Amino acid sequence: MRALPVGERALLVELSDGTEAQALHAELLRRRASGALRVREIVPAARTVLLDGLDEPGRVGAELPGWEIPPLPPRAGDVVEIPVRYDGPDLADVAAHWGVPVAEVARIHSAAEFRVAFCGFAPGFGYLTGLPERYEVPRRATPRTGVPAGSVALAGPYTGVYPRASPGGWQLIGSTDAVLWDHARVPAALLSPGVRVRFVPRPVVGT
Amino acid sequence: MTDHALAVVRAGALTTVQDLGRPGHAHLGVPRSGALDPPAARLVNRLVGNPSDAAVLETTLDGCAVRPRRTVTVAVGGAPCPVAVDGRPAPWGAPVRVPAGALVDIGSAVSGVRCYVAFDGGVSVDPVLGSRSTDLLSGLGPPPLATGAVLPLGRPGGIHARVDVVPQPAPPRELVLRVTLGPRADWFTAAALDTFTTRAYTVFSASNRIGLRTEGPALERAFEGELPSEGMVLGAVQVPPDGRPVVFLADHPTTGGYPVVAVVRESDLAAAAQARPGTPVRFVAATRRQPRPSP
Repeated sequence: MRALPVGERALLVELSDGTEAQALHAELLRRRASGALRVREIVPAARTVLLDGLDEPGRVGAELPGWEIPPLPPRAGDVVEIPVRYDGPDLADVAAHWGVPVAEVARIHSAAEFRVAFCGFAPGFGYLTGLPERYEVPRRATPRTGVPAGSVALAGPYTGVYPRASPGGWQLIGSTDAVLWDHARVPAALLSPGVRVRFVPRPVVGT
Repeated sequence: MTDHALAVVRAGALTTVQDLGRPGHAHLGVPRSGALDPPAARLVNRLVGNPSDAAVLETTLDGCAVRPRRTVTVAVGGAPCPVAVDGRPAPWGAPVRVPAGALVDIGSAVSGVRCYVAFDGGVSVDPVLGSRSTDLLSGLGPPPLATGAVLPLGRPGGIHARVDVVPQPAPPRELVLRVTLGPRADWFTAAALDTFTTRAYTVFSASNRIGLRTEGPALERAFEGELPSEGMVLGAVQVPPDGRPVVFLADHPTTGGYPVVAVVRESDLAAAAQARPGTPVRFVAATRRQPRPSP
């Protein structure tokens, strides 16, 4: 673990992998909830956690490496279930990458349990980890200018669901009617860092 | 619609509703947003008797014009500009009483970029995650003003300041941004760090609420490679593959994958928001660096 100063009030904590970053994130949330840590933003990412708005970044940075950080429990908290029609335009490409029949993509993807590693790109967009490493796929060579809202997509080690229509370069394997972001709802984001997720296959109309 | 509203007669190039933003949601991908020049937004609110976090209008270069449906107290600050009420010149940087139905015209900025317009009671569009700010990156908050739109106003409560004019900082002729190097300064060559902190840059016209883009010598990477996405702070100086530093402003993405060479002091960002394209920029290392041996 390495804590890098960011400006005058923030620290970027580097971990050796995403699992460690998620464990530190969970510990930081515990410490903030108990009042032991005062910080405005805790932003987990691929292999780092950013702490922004610290009163004493130097002291926190010096103490961090000495913390006991319990590993993430494999099952804790509720699971958010997202119904998916596995009907995406890149389904065949993904099946070819995986070396499986097209119908297997839905089975493999819906068998995994995911966890929101971090958010970004757009409000409500979560980077979900949980697919075994052998199922990583590259981004599309040419990004699409328009990806429909609710598209379920893969890139690298991550699965994501587009909260709204936007450009995007991920491989689209399905679609959902789940509302990822609704600012009139509490909480506004269906997926926030640390949340467990399962994708539940739904029949594709017309097949 | 009640009388507690104002009609947008001329929206201007880009006029948005801004307060002090929505901190605390970066982990959901939500930028802080809020006024790019917070001292100016606070000041105009004080002038009309609002709390400092009331929502105001932020204009870009060419102002805007509105017609309040009730009598309002208005104050304009930030970038200096002509103000007119029903065609008559009115003071800038001071509270002005405007009768219902009069046209308030905020002209083009004489210098600087962004004017702030406060109305007693504040602009009271529905808050999103505790803020009324327009966030152009993620599309939260009200859309930018459109001609013909009607915005609700809150009920005035405070007592407006009894002043004729208040001093406000002039927009910068040269923008000096004090920076703390890191967290990814080691992704750049020693020569690039020298270049960054000693050479002249200028504000590039593609700047917006997301970032202040600069033109100048490109910063050379010490090595190639990709950085996994990591959290980004306000004022982060991100360096995309073209090597030209971008200073992240209020609507910046909360995570990103280009290395951050340094972070600008938050107190210097208000001046960055008022720097026009072409303004010279210097990045000054706020922490003393080890002197290099001369060649």
